[in-house]
Amino acid sequence: MARRGTLVGWLFALPALIAYLAFVIYPLLLGVQYSFYRWNGVGPSEWVGLANYIRVFTDDTLLGSIRNAFVLIGFFTIIPVSAGLVLATLIRSVRRGFFASASQTILFLPQIIPLAAAGIAWSWMYAQTGAVNQILNAVGLGFLARPWLGDLQTALPAVGLIGSWVLTGLCTVLFLTGIGKIDQSLYEAVRLDGASWWREFITVTVPGLRQEIAVLVTITIIAALSSFDIIYTTTLGGPGRATLVPGISIYRIGFTQSEVGLASAFGIVLMALVLACVLPIQRLARAGER
Amino acid sequence: MIVRRSEAVIGRIVLVVVLVLTLIPLLNMVSAALQPADTNPTGLAWPTDPQWGNFVTAFETGNVWRLMGSSLFIVAFVVPVSLLFATLAGYALGNLRMRGGRFLFLFLILGLTIPFEALIIPLYYQSQALGVLNTQWAVILPLIGLYMPFSVVWMRAHFVGVPQELSEAARVDGATTLQEFWRIQLPLARPALSALAILLFLWTWNQFLLPVVLISDPLNRTVAGALTFFQGQYYSSIPLLNAGALIIIVPTILVFVIFQRQFIQALLQGAVKG
Repeated sequence: MARRGTLVGWLFALPALIAYLAFVIYPLLLGVQYSFYRWNGVGPSEWVGLANYIRVFTDDTLLGSIRNAFVLIGFFTIIPVSAGLVLATLIRSVRRGFFASASQTILFLPQIIPLAAAGIAWSWMYAQTGAVNQILNAVGLGFLARPWLGDLQTALPAVGLIGSWVLTGLCTVLFLTGIGKIDQSLYEAVRLDGASWWREFITVTVPGLRQEIAVLVTITIIAALSSFDIIYTTTLGGPGRATLVPGISIYRIGFTQSEVGLASAFGIVLMALVLACVLPIQRLARAGER
Repeated sequence: MIVRRSEAVIGRIVLVVVLVLTLIPLLNMVSAALQPADTNPTGLAWPTDPQWGNFVTAFETGNVWRLMGSSLFIVAFVVPVSLLFATLAGYALGNLRMRGGRFLFLFLILGLTIPFEALIIPLYYQSQALGVLNTQWAVILPLIGLYMPFSVVWMRAHFVGVPQELSEAARVDGATTLQEFWRIQLPLARPALSALAILLFLWTWNQFLLPVVLISDPLNRTVAGALTFFQGQYYSSIPLLNAGALIIIVPTILVFVIFQRQFIQALLQGAVKG
């Protein structure tokens, strides 16, 4: 079929293109420009070349926040995706009726509330007098009780588990729908072979969910590397730098320390990190489809 | 499907445990919110004398009406405008397929993975230059742009699936592109549009980073962004902080429970396409 007027097509696309250019591409280029300067946001600026980028990769605090972001991948990606896989397998027998739909609703609740509210809810869970310590005391593990977010050792895992709480429901429900689409005769075949639960999981369920896994790994990695809301409302990066992540670092450097160039450079590095993690996964998923 | 009996039992037990774990933090907020406002509550416990008045106090001192109004104002601009722009562009890329459209599509895909944190510093100085810093426009304008990659890709996916014969038939009948878009394509796009509307509503309502950075007065932010204001206001009273936070999240939960089928479908599709 002949293409209709190119002009008409571009006219239809124009508003979206303008909004995208004005508020994504322009700020991105502006950020790249800032990243080569030393600037406090109001006074004169000074060209410093790559000095800001060198600082991002040599400054202990900034490197530490990148390291923390990668630790968070364990809690935002590995725990929710693997827990989601196991849970979906275990509960796929519960598929119909009121109980099934009510549980789907509840599993989705953490996705609906603002992450900032999840942060507030969990700061209270983790408080010295909060529910976590209360439960530990009740089961005789009282010696473990502590203010979880105030302890240098436990603050980062504690914050990470909030991410697990938010994301596990999404993973479980998405995997449940995915399992529903797997050819049921595959399950029947392995069962007739007398395969164990584990073999069935590895040979049928996981390969059948390959696409869902790729999708969830991608979005949860992005959520881990660019986490901000939860940390802001729980620890603000503390105690010390224990839970400092790139998002909070950028905010602090840019608006508290007024080092606009350095904060912009860190922003660009964060974007590159996300791409470097996400692109290989996409490529793997594509290769797997063929 | 074959289900072993033991599996069904284990499945139910596991599900109940997970549901309890999911609900505890939320129930814990309710239990704290009902304690006397001037006490330091301990853990999860049903209060002997529930202080429902805490919600009234938090509602009034938290300026909740104003916050809701501010959030609605932001949503009322961001969502319809984003939907309109994305539908037009999605139609252009998915149906008209003009020359150069492929390039535009790839250009938009580039923007899909940019974290908002990477743009927040320049966005601050940009809205300062535009003279909108500290107003709701400082959030509205960037959000429309930031939503474009996902929204256009979403709507394009819909229009790619609509048979081209429909367009040809419309043209044979003498319809202009605009008429065809308005009378034929738009009604067909309703399911894709409403799912996208739900996602954009949720993302805007819950948006935190942009309002916190770009609007200094918490009362002009989204409700999520205003949660920091509650934290400052009620730092000495855990019951009031939890009551305030609950007031903020309950409307979203209510809307979710009413439209849950649409919400869950939209979020699942959103995840797959995102």
